[in-house]
Amino acid sequence: MDINRRDFLKVAAGGGLAVAANLSPVPVLAREATPRLPEAVGLLYDATVCVGCRACMVACKEVNHLPPVFSRPNDVWDNPMDLSDKTFNIIKLYKNGMGVYKDQEINGYSFIKRSCMHCVDPACTSACPVSALTKDPVTGIVKYNKDACIGCRYCQVACPYNIPKFQWGEAFPQIMKCEMCYPRVDKGGYPACAEFCPNGGTIFGEVQDLLKEARRRLALKTGEVAPYPLHRLDSQEKRYRTATPYQKRIYGEKEGGGTQVLMLAGVPYGKLGLPALPNESPAGASETLMHTLYKGMIGPYVLLGGLFYLIYKNTGKQDLP
Amino acid sequence: MAEESLPLGGKVVTKPFLVLAVLAVLGGLLIIYRYLFGLGAVTNLSDGYPWGLWITYDVLVGTALGCGGYAMALLVYVFNRWEYHPLVRSAVLTSVFGYTLAGVAIFLDIGRYWNGYHLFLPWYVNFNSVLVEVALCIAAYVAVLWIELAPAVLEGFSKNTRAREARSRLEKWLPVIVALGILLPTMHQSSLGTLMVIAGYKLSPLWQTGLLPFFFLLSAITMGYAVTLLESILSSLAFKRPFETPLLGKVGGVMVWLLGVYLVLRFGDLVVRGKFGLIFQGNLNSFMFILENLFFLAPVILLASPARRTNLRYLFLAAASMLLAGSLYRFDAFLVGFNPGPGWRYFPALPEIFITLGIVSLELMAYLYFVKRFPVLPKVEHA
Repeated sequence: MDINRRDFLKVAAGGGLAVAANLSPVPVLAREATPRLPEAVGLLYDATVCVGCRACMVACKEVNHLPPVFSRPNDVWDNPMDLSDKTFNIIKLYKNGMGVYKDQEINGYSFIKRSCMHCVDPACTSACPVSALTKDPVTGIVKYNKDACIGCRYCQVACPYNIPKFQWGEAFPQIMKCEMCYPRVDKGGYPACAEFCPNGGTIFGEVQDLLKEARRRLALKTGEVAPYPLHRLDSQEKRYRTATPYQKRIYGEKEGGGTQVLMLAGVPYGKLGLPALPNESPAGASETLMHTLYKGMIGPYVLLGGLFYLIYKNTGKQDLP
Repeated sequence: MAEESLPLGGKVVTKPFLVLAVLAVLGGLLIIYRYLFGLGAVTNLSDGYPWGLWITYDVLVGTALGCGGYAMALLVYVFNRWEYHPLVRSAVLTSVFGYTLAGVAIFLDIGRYWNGYHLFLPWYVNFNSVLVEVALCIAAYVAVLWIELAPAVLEGFSKNTRAREARSRLEKWLPVIVALGILLPTMHQSSLGTLMVIAGYKLSPLWQTGLLPFFFLLSAITMGYAVTLLESILSSLAFKRPFETPLLGKVGGVMVWLLGVYLVLRFGDLVVRGKFGLIFQGNLNSFMFILENLFFLAPVILLASPARRTNLRYLFLAAASMLLAGSLYRFDAFLVGFNPGPGWRYFPALPEIFITLGIVSLELMAYLYFVKRFPVLPKVEHA
């Protein structure tokens, strides 16, 4: 029986080469970057305004019915060390040297608020096999539906901020994460962390406006007295404060394709534990690769047809397994 | 080709079988504990390392070890190399157990297993998710593998007329089944690599590349040949049968070529991406990278000259090295090279390891039972 290399090559020229070309490290047609939704809502956290009172954490726990976390033996109040299935929002402290100058990298300190960033092009929603994590088409809030979730935890692998948390201690666990208080937002309200922030450290608004507000703050001269809105960007309540130096960049404007939670700080973002991300979303890279290989399932069908042709030809009257 | 397969016969319950049974029961008890008290009670998994030993060993390595059937089918049916046909049936058998138990392991690992069927409901499925491709494809392939094995099972009941009829009906469909049996692993073995692309910076650039699907596919096929070699040699030893040396030598030759392509692309990719220097950083990642690729290189050196390919010792060592290489690559790409940020650590917990051991034991027990009771291994010509 001959080897039928010719036949094999014929098929390879059809399906095989197409597959091989698709495997090239630079995909021919990269998936377009996801634009910001026009009415997306978000939060602006300004570390230079935050006083670290943790009122946002208390409010978050109350609204989301989360239990307190005692990290040290004698803790009598909620004192989590990091985000977990019991903590969706946390204020952390950066400290260097003497740790006395607020919002300064050397011998200074800074607060940083961590919670879901509500990415413009989230990796978690791209990864989730059963659409348990979805991005709201209007507000852009990344929501979780436990009734769909299978608990595979691919969202945790995918998230560049390690935000989705899993209930490791439960027999019937769920994924737990900040959903930007969407039940409150849907009723015209806004997230508890912004509502209960007494100082304007966290404010709520439409992301387009929050970006403008952030740029306004970055343009302020150090020492200049300027108004800072409280709770919401469109609120009438304002505080006048003396602007302190900022890192000249909005974290979340471009990171990983952009986020709906934006950050300003005086200390470099890397020091505050925020990852340095490329401007492209990891979801884009993954989906481009996947959809190039599986576009319309053409590749697989061609390959299947070719395989069938060869096997049928080669089997003839041979014994099968 | 008038080659035949025969059951080995003999006692099923032997001493090694009992040892395996004890391990399987222990694993079973721990699995009950896991369902009562959650994943945290038996594993060291965390929000930073949500995937651990079970995904990496049971699913990734387990299905790659189960690629024997795929790799041999590719050689026999697509490249029309019928001389390898005697090895197909036992290769399919190892694949059946490797894949079936990987499927079982997935249900241990997923937290909300009662929703598992959502993967098959179109209104839940997210076609952007790489995991969907992997899950559907593995599920379909498990079914295909059992159908591929069916002739051996039906032959085992050859006195039954209905079994004989079913077998001849099935044989008409086998070209389709075999074609699917080659297409599906091509799809999901590559997608298993694509899974990590979305992890972005969390995976070290030594492993994070757009070629992940290609490397996973190529190493899975090569592991398939290595498994077939090892299985043939070990079953010859264990059941005191003659060795199939010349045939095995040729399989070894195929492995060398595939590995050559793999290594050139693996290092070429690092150079093109400008990450070659990371190999010499002297940290755990670079150490593991070097170790992994030494194991990939060893079979090439061991089997470089065709003369050595007739030496069982070299073949055995090369195949073992290849399996280590592919397994290490998978551990590196999913765990060692995966760093979710400061403060996170992972090493499997003891119960986690024992559950995996229990699953592997069950797999070996099923294999032993099958080769003794059903016609899987080639008939010994001069015994």
